[in-house]
Amino acid sequence: MSEGQALWRFPATRFTAMAVFTFLYVPIIVLIVLSFSAGDSSLSRWEGFSTRWYGVVAGDADMLRALKNSLVVASVATVAGTVIAIMAGLATSKARFRGQGVAEASLAMPLIVPDIVAAIAILLFFVAIGIPLGLFSLMLAHTVFAIPIAYLPIRARLQGLDASLAEAAADLYAPPWATFRRIILPLIWPGIISGAMLAFIGSLGDVVVSYFVSGPGSTTLPVYVFSMVRMGVTPAVNAISTILIAVSVTLLTASYLIGRRFQ
Amino acid sequence: MTLKLERTALLFPALFTVGILFLVPLGFMAYVSTLQRGPDGGVLWGQHTADAYLQFLFERDLEDNLVVNTDYIQIFLRSIGLAAITAACTLILAFPTALWMAFQPPSRRTLLLFLVTVPFWTNLLVRNYSWVLMLRSDGVVDWVLMGLHLRTQSLEILYTPLATGIGLVYSFLPYMILPIYVSMEKIDRRYVEAAFDLGANRLQAVRRIILPLAMPGITGGVILVFVPCLGSFVSPELLGGAKSMMIGSLIQQQFGQARNWPFGSALAFVLLGLILLALWLHAMRYRRGGEAAS
Repeated sequence: MSEGQALWRFPATRFTAMAVFTFLYVPIIVLIVLSFSAGDSSLSRWEGFSTRWYGVVAGDADMLRALKNSLVVASVATVAGTVIAIMAGLATSKARFRGQGVAEASLAMPLIVPDIVAAIAILLFFVAIGIPLGLFSLMLAHTVFAIPIAYLPIRARLQGLDASLAEAAADLYAPPWATFRRIILPLIWPGIISGAMLAFIGSLGDVVVSYFVSGPGSTTLPVYVFSMVRMGVTPAVNAISTILIAVSVTLLTASYLIGRRFQ
Repeated sequence: MTLKLERTALLFPALFTVGILFLVPLGFMAYVSTLQRGPDGGVLWGQHTADAYLQFLFERDLEDNLVVNTDYIQIFLRSIGLAAITAACTLILAFPTALWMAFQPPSRRTLLLFLVTVPFWTNLLVRNYSWVLMLRSDGVVDWVLMGLHLRTQSLEILYTPLATGIGLVYSFLPYMILPIYVSMEKIDRRYVEAAFDLGANRLQAVRRIILPLAMPGITGGVILVFVPCLGSFVSPELLGGAKSMMIGSLIQQQFGQARNWPFGSALAFVLLGLILLALWLHAMRYRRGGEAAS
């Protein structure tokens, strides 16, 4: 193929791609930059560098409580969801069985059904069976979404596994638990890490389900920020948003680097 | 036998959790939609009525006659329209981007893929909020346009359907890029080379070789964008105005100030039905496509 005809030289695609990447990143960068602006009259103007709004955030007791709630709920949902997802992955990555399609479709349902529908269905159910709306109901609801998110990367890793390794361990009289712990677990570790991180980010970012399923006093950070934005924005929202971005980007980068190291 | 037992035991926690906390609630929601509304919110258990579904299409006038009310239909049509426009816009932007990405050297591809994934996993609320800063009057967009002397006054975009559209395109663009990119990356480069050898120009190569082979990614992306857009709540709430309400906010209202749980459940159930229909159409199309190819 001659260089002149190479597809990546297609001028329109290059231009669109540059525009798309700019579009994806400019608003985020603008938000981060403005979170360091000193001004309090205008939200969208640069009025000198200052970290005062981070100080305001750090001194806001309600916001800190919301942050703590978010971290507690996300941690519980991530651990529970990841453990359950590993078990499910072990079951579905061996020989295919009858009903596997139905089982996997059921597991994927929380990712397919729109948030708002899931949120009110879970809300109605909790109210009907008498589960009080609070941290516990949030943990339950978030675990449901953590399972399919963690399941996908874990299962992908399990499928790439050489079956003869586990067979060799069994031939050497390793009990199933030892085979899992000594052979399978270390090999699928990158999948578990990235699954758990994505589940954590997903839980930490959820607005809609938490909005419906949390009770007074169990507000999560995104729900708190959501109500702040709707009531009238203060520059403190810029600061807290930047912190949320930093958390996601840090976890994603870690997950990406771990994934690369193990390849 | 033991293998089967082991498999059931391993699969049980996942299916039990998703079943009890997700599938059962969905069924329960359908049940609530057939109940009578309680006098001050809530529902009257065991008293069934089709009121919630009648309310979707009709309202009662002063003499208690049913008259057609198109308010809710309009909200549904507006949401479907906006979801379709969003899917179209993201497709127009994502196709060339994915094409460019897929034909980069492998090392750069990993980085580009990562750059698309970061917004995908960045807090949805925060990403929509960033557009409040961009679009509000006296916001960044106004400021730039006025600084360049392109405009003398504010664009006044925030709290309009256009702002919702921008927020939706921004939120869901990575959902379109990723599947298209994945299907393009799999294309055997020799097909493209063969097309060039046979005298095709670049546009023909894209249209005749790449487009058909990337079709599964395109239809997948359209579904991935259209479905969550239809039920979107955050973008319309933060960026849209009161005049351009969408399904998500309408449903939320029934559990907030309107206190009409059966109607809210019925609306959610109709939305779920629309989405399952879209998924089913996609599955049918895909199956037919598969048969045609074989």
